[in-house]
Amino acid sequence: MEWEAVIGLELHAQLATQTKIFSGASTAYGADANTQACAVDLGMPGVLPVLNARAVDFAIRLGLALDAEVAGRSVFARKNYFYPDLPKGYQISQYEIPVVGTGHLDIDLEDGSSKRIGVTRAHLEEDAGKSMHEGFGAMSGIDLNRAGTPLLEIVSEPDLRSAKEAVAYMKKMHSLVRYLGICDGNMQEGSFRCDANVSVRPVGREAFGTRTEIKNLNSFRFVERAINYEIERQIEVLEDGGSITQETRLYDPDRGETRPMRGKEEANDYRYFPDPDLLPLEITAEMIESVRSELPELPDAKRERFVSDYGLSNYDAGVLTSSRELADYFEQVALACADAKLAANWVMGELAGALNKTGTELADSPIDADRLAGLLKRILDETISGKIAKEVFEAMWQGEGDADTVIEAKGLKQVTDASAIEAMVDEVIAANPQQLEQYRAGKTKLMGFFVGQVMKASAGKANPAQVNEILKRRLDG
Amino acid sequence: MYDRTIAELSSALSRRECSSVELTQATLAAIEQASGLNAFITITAEQALAEAEAADARRADGEAGPLTGVPIAHKDIFCTEGVRTSCGSRMLDTFVPPYDAFVVEQLRAAGAVMVGKTNMDEFAMGSSNETSWYGPARNPWDPTTVPGGSSGGSAAAVAARLVPAATGTDTGGSIRQPAALTGISGLKPTYGRISRYGMIAFASSLDQAGPMATTAEDLALMLGAMAGFDERDSTCVDQSVPNYHGLLAEHGLKGLRIGLPREYFNTEGVDPEVASAIETAVAAMEAAGAQLKEISLPNTELAVPVYYVIAPAEASSNLSRFDGVRYGHRCSDPVDLEDLYKRSRGEGFGEEVKRRIMVGTYALSAGYYDAYYLKAQQVRRMIRDDFARAFDEVDVIAGPTAPTTAFGLGAKADDPVQMYLSDIFTIAVNLAGLPALSIPAGFGGGKPIGLQLIGNYFDEARLLGAAHGYQQITDWHMQRPSLEG
Repeated sequence: MEWEAVIGLELHAQLATQTKIFSGASTAYGADANTQACAVDLGMPGVLPVLNARAVDFAIRLGLALDAEVAGRSVFARKNYFYPDLPKGYQISQYEIPVVGTGHLDIDLEDGSSKRIGVTRAHLEEDAGKSMHEGFGAMSGIDLNRAGTPLLEIVSEPDLRSAKEAVAYMKKMHSLVRYLGICDGNMQEGSFRCDANVSVRPVGREAFGTRTEIKNLNSFRFVERAINYEIERQIEVLEDGGSITQETRLYDPDRGETRPMRGKEEANDYRYFPDPDLLPLEITAEMIESVRSELPELPDAKRERFVSDYGLSNYDAGVLTSSRELADYFEQVALACADAKLAANWVMGELAGALNKTGTELADSPIDADRLAGLLKRILDETISGKIAKEVFEAMWQGEGDADTVIEAKGLKQVTDASAIEAMVDEVIAANPQQLEQYRAGKTKLMGFFVGQVMKASAGKANPAQVNEILKRRLDG
Repeated sequence: MYDRTIAELSSALSRRECSSVELTQATLAAIEQASGLNAFITITAEQALAEAEAADARRADGEAGPLTGVPIAHKDIFCTEGVRTSCGSRMLDTFVPPYDAFVVEQLRAAGAVMVGKTNMDEFAMGSSNETSWYGPARNPWDPTTVPGGSSGGSAAAVAARLVPAATGTDTGGSIRQPAALTGISGLKPTYGRISRYGMIAFASSLDQAGPMATTAEDLALMLGAMAGFDERDSTCVDQSVPNYHGLLAEHGLKGLRIGLPREYFNTEGVDPEVASAIETAVAAMEAAGAQLKEISLPNTELAVPVYYVIAPAEASSNLSRFDGVRYGHRCSDPVDLEDLYKRSRGEGFGEEVKRRIMVGTYALSAGYYDAYYLKAQQVRRMIRDDFARAFDEVDVIAGPTAPTTAFGLGAKADDPVQMYLSDIFTIAVNLAGLPALSIPAGFGGGKPIGLQLIGNYFDEARLLGAAHGYQQITDWHMQRPSLEG
């Protein structure tokens, strides 16, 4: 039987606000345990939540970017359950009426086509603290620094059909929230994480199979592996005549498999009800318009503009707009050197390669956009050849200065003086009478040999076009 | 000296007839002497004397307000920085908050001197003060009877003239019912009038702080200091605070349209003595120029059942934070997490609190939510609409505060439903979020009877004016119990 996977993702984006969603405590990552938790975060008696307006602003941004309805009135609800890192015994979330309603996000498929993925909703909620089970003997430690950190949970429709699509969707959303400036996207620190709902069904059947939920996936690679494992596991179970249990599973990256979470935690009845400490969240049309007017250019629009304004291919434009930083970098180079295609080639080629090889973030690149543009200008004004430029780039990467400094220091300036090149050509021809004879006898392939000799004689600095032209004239003459 | 109203004390202090320190010393001595009432959970003598000294200095600098140097008590539900705040529960027997409640801040800023924290039903759940972990406070009129609840300690302390005023909280009648049972005046303001910050939550959508004192005039002085906007409470309403005391004379009884709900007067559960006292009181107001009008609040009988779904539902969630993990009672030597939860909460909470947590948890459970919680919210809107219609025709609504006078200790302790019915006239007001007060209006068998006046939203000034007007033509509020040794 042929099987089809049905996948929906719940993405949790930690909002990049300075303070927590319901208190004034800082959200900065990495502080000493429990130093960034105030009375509200600790769930002390009598203290009350006050909504962070910035978090609402961020939710509206995402809503607009997903072309979704932003609710004029949404409601905070309490999700009740006991856990030591949940100080109040309930999490403030949104249940029946979320701040962001139905929207969509378009992803690119491998065959070059694009696919629209439905977004069911996005809602605001607070994060819990962290339990630490090591280093406290028989006890557990609780760190409440993270408690109350604002999260936006973005729920997709079950529109994804493979792990690859799921990753493409997650990457696109990851790029979007960073474009919008609402989430730093740092997956190692847990700022962007994913729960995946996975089921399988025979191809052609409309009804969904029983799904499982894989919790807390914090890298694109884990998402892909976990989903693929889960799809295969479910198919195997079904083909063996078994049935799928609806359950929550965890991915073990070391063993590359998913395992059911302990059953106890799922028996929870969360007893959602509207939080009486918070009034319904009212968002006016004016608030929405004010956020809209400050929205940055979004990835899809930027990509189209790169195609039309710079004549880039759709693929190149897609790569260059995959993050706002990269797009900005490229655009700065392109405008400064006035050759967008050359800029695109270098940004996606040498620069991306060097970043990749050294594991460097673009923001930390030793060569900034202005310096790269400075290098490309020297190619364009023929001070150096493209080949020499790679050598210059390498030196610049090593911190040897800007393009002109490197060219000067290493004496890499291209030789364009015709008489100097003629002299080198004559020398090479004189030194290779045998080859000259063969060439003139019709073995014109030897042209390459002569070019190579001249370039070698010039230490690579002779202008290749001129070398070609002069050589041809001399050899044929 | 100490047994006077705030207004009297304030003028005595300003005439230098006594100092705040002297007043505070006398107050502390009186509290000590009346310890049999069990009105206080914590007495803060040292801190009180320091505050009194500061108040005297402030007065000497000419910066005194009407409350400066006046001793008051706080219900032990208000967090007080550095002072144990128990909420009447073993769970918080050792809890010392690192912050003050808004109400505490406000009264401190006004210069009032806190002499202690008063007894209360555990987590404000009760109508008799009998659910307190510290034992019941007693009614000064008859120590074998209850002072009402949950603000029973505050009521007993004010009724016994230990302090001129105290703070209380009212979720379903917890200020008004004990005020009625102890012969004092008590006001539950409009929901949102006073910030709930630092007030330990029972049922967040119903809880409201308010003053308890002997006269409406003192209630006005207290409310003026307690009210105000506070951005730390999202349900607090940003509305300017009128000069309640200054407005007392403007809102008299003359021309006041008083609504008498049929449902409050022809009810079987009301003591004949209570009914007749209220009729007499209403007649006196009519004689003073008020117009009486019979009205109807058709959903009155639904208030108690609705309340006993919504309040426990919210409480079941509000009390989840008491888990033995970060503060409060923690069982000894827990073997695992579940044991920690079960024993800490099992030992820390009393019977009534557990009962309400279970009722509330049930009402919110999957499969029951629609039938109980959602339905209760719908009926709550109907009750609110009843009042809105009534206030189209009348300025205030009058009736008995409680169906009976103070009952004996233990008389209803084993019958929760009977106990719940003692709040039958007060509960609807919380469900609607309206302001209401109770003032003394007579006696039955030597025990005080309370008259309840309910006002429209943020119409406290009119309510206080009407109560003040009534207290100008009656002297029930001046009657005081004789305390034996």
